[in-house]
Amino acid sequence: MTVAAIKEYLAVPRDRVENFHGKQLVYVSWDRHLLFAAPFLLCLPPETAFRELVNGPLAMLLQADPDAAAIDWTKVEWLKSNQPWTPDFDASLAANGIGHKDQLRLRTSGLNSLLAA
Amino acid sequence: MDMKVTKKKLGLKDKYKLMTRDLGWEPSYHSKDELYPYMNYEGIKIHDWDKWEDPFRLTMDAYWKYQAEKERKFYAIIDAHAQNNGHLNLTDARYLSALKIFLQAISPGEYAAHRGFARVGREFPGVGPQVACQMQAIDEIRHAQTQIHAMSNYNRYYNGFHAFADQRDRIWYTSVARSFFDDAMSAGPFEFMIAIGFSFEYVLTNLLFVPFMSGAAYNGDMATVTFGFSAQSDEARHMTLGLEVIKFILEQDPDNLPIVQNWIDKWFWRGFRVLGLVSTMMDYMLPKRVMSWREAWDIYGVENGGALFKDLARYGIKPPKGWDDAEKAIDHMSHQFMLGLYQWSFGTAFHAWIPSDDDMRWLSAKYPDTFDQYYRPRWEHIKKLAAAGTPFKNYGLAKLCQTCQLPTVFTEPDDPTLTCHRETVYKGEKYHFCSDGCQHIFENEPEKYIQAWLPMPQLFQDPVNGDLGEWMKWVSLLDGKDNGDYAGSEDQKNFEAWRGLATTNQ
Amino acid sequence: MSTVFIALQANEETRPIIEAIEIDNPQAVVHRQPAMVKIDAQGRLVIRRATIEEQLGRDFDLQEIHINLISLTGHVVEDDETLTLSWND
Repeated sequence: MTVAAIKEYLAVPRDRVENFHGKQLVYVSWDRHLLFAAPFLLCLPPETAFRELVNGPLAMLLQADPDAAAIDWTKVEWLKSNQPWTPDFDASLAANGIGHKDQLRLRTSGLNSLLAA
Repeated sequence: MDMKVTKKKLGLKDKYKLMTRDLGWEPSYHSKDELYPYMNYEGIKIHDWDKWEDPFRLTMDAYWKYQAEKERKFYAIIDAHAQNNGHLNLTDARYLSALKIFLQAISPGEYAAHRGFARVGREFPGVGPQVACQMQAIDEIRHAQTQIHAMSNYNRYYNGFHAFADQRDRIWYTSVARSFFDDAMSAGPFEFMIAIGFSFEYVLTNLLFVPFMSGAAYNGDMATVTFGFSAQSDEARHMTLGLEVIKFILEQDPDNLPIVQNWIDKWFWRGFRVLGLVSTMMDYMLPKRVMSWREAWDIYGVENGGALFKDLARYGIKPPKGWDDAEKAIDHMSHQFMLGLYQWSFGTAFHAWIPSDDDMRWLSAKYPDTFDQYYRPRWEHIKKLAAAGTPFKNYGLAKLCQTCQLPTVFTEPDDPTLTCHRETVYKGEKYHFCSDGCQHIFENEPEKYIQAWLPMPQLFQDPVNGDLGEWMKWVSLLDGKDNGDYAGSEDQKNFEAWRGLATTNQ
Repeated sequence: MSTVFIALQANEETRPIIEAIEIDNPQAVVHRQPAMVKIDAQGRLVIRRATIEEQLGRDFDLQEIHINLISLTGHVVEDDETLTLSWND
């Protein structure tokens, strides 16, 4: 459907990648770990290696969860845009096909300390 | 002896006719389409504007008389509040967080509603709606002004009240309410009426004002009780107008039904998301609580909303599409919001806090099926982190919903352990949503919502470019004063010190 | 049948109005809450000028109710003598 309007109605999106001065947005969240109220918004250059994203900002943000230290990064299951996906840790975000505003989810089965039995 | 002649008074119906319909005229040198150019493009068909009638039959002369009386009552109490250190009668200064959110997000909404009603009052050709919208436009600006005036008494003593106008434009959580009203104001006049007049005023406003004012009364806030009740006395008229408008539109032409239903679906969900923030006030922010969000929903949502939609069924109207998802969210949303407000409190111009043991007992009694299972463990862990000297701050910032602009804190309707992830691609750009309801709204009018000014992505663009300190300056947030945990805040220290002075001879 | 309600501020001006509503609507349930009184009734609630005037001991214009009104539900029908709230179901 289109917007009801008296003449042609066309708009410009506000968050196009050009507005981020060479960086892009990436959303990351940890399934079933809702101490973190919403997925994280990260703003990084697309050349960033995936490993840097994980070991840098992501690891720092996840620290507050009691399961954080027990994450085995070799066994984490990943989703990108809600579809199963396997990252190459040594490749860049761009080479991994992680586009502007893509949502990554990690799953760690068996870890859920903050959920009452 | 002269007979006493009583002056014949006009009956209500005659007076309404004389002072409303009889004020209209037929244009002679311009066509009606030229005078009222926005009447057709939304697809709504109106055949007879005279069928519109205000059930209260309020005319402008009576309006001014009663509004003047409301103002006199309002200022008598506001003066007394200021003269008698009314701020020290609060149960606790934590209460003020609810007021700060109100001032930053809701009072500007009153002003936006004023602009909207002033506009549609001009655009409708019928004299009945013109007069009713004019009154409502004046009401709404009165609400904005009296609220700002009443709360200015707190600005003299407490943090977080000083920059509400900047924060209305720039801080992140206010964009939720602002975009809601911008969405309505940039719609056509009929949609505006269904959005604000019907969906917001009739279906949802009770959930905002009634518990909020009772909350103020329970917590010793005379100033807010007063502006609340003064505003609320107008709301009953607004609600009646909202119900009248929907009946009028539906009775005018059967083709109007699907358009109106679509708007009801959209605006119920938009309103439910905006007013969801009230749930944190009711369940967490009032030191002395009135009723839980669940209890308020049962009265004002399920019972009243249910009665309303049962009544409107005769026109073919169905309950809003998101109704069932709303019901499923009721026992979760206040907890999900408050956990967010706490972990992002470095970026809010109000204080948040960890619920006390007593608070948590109340929460588990009010939410026996959800609080202990899902939310208590998170709060207990947060409490542990604070006790260890490493209070939980989530500097990850949040993914926001493209439609409602809230952080996507909500879970799947049928799985409270899993965040609701929804996304779509439109013209090569990716967009995220908090719920199916918000995604549907976007997909119906994508060109409208791609323009959303989302505060989190904006933080990484000009002029702030990801610098949190610069961002605080830009939103007029005084770090260490306006934001953060209530425990240890200036507000807490000052309130306790002044209350001590007021109740002892030290 | 659905419930209609009217909520009024709790003050000296509304006391006789509430008494009049109770007289005219024996089925109504009055809830007294902090600073407000909420009156629920099944299907229909009628407010009569004459009954309010008897309780008040002076002339009363039904529109005066706007000053102390907080909220209501149902379809409103008002003339000089009565204000009625009802649902059509």
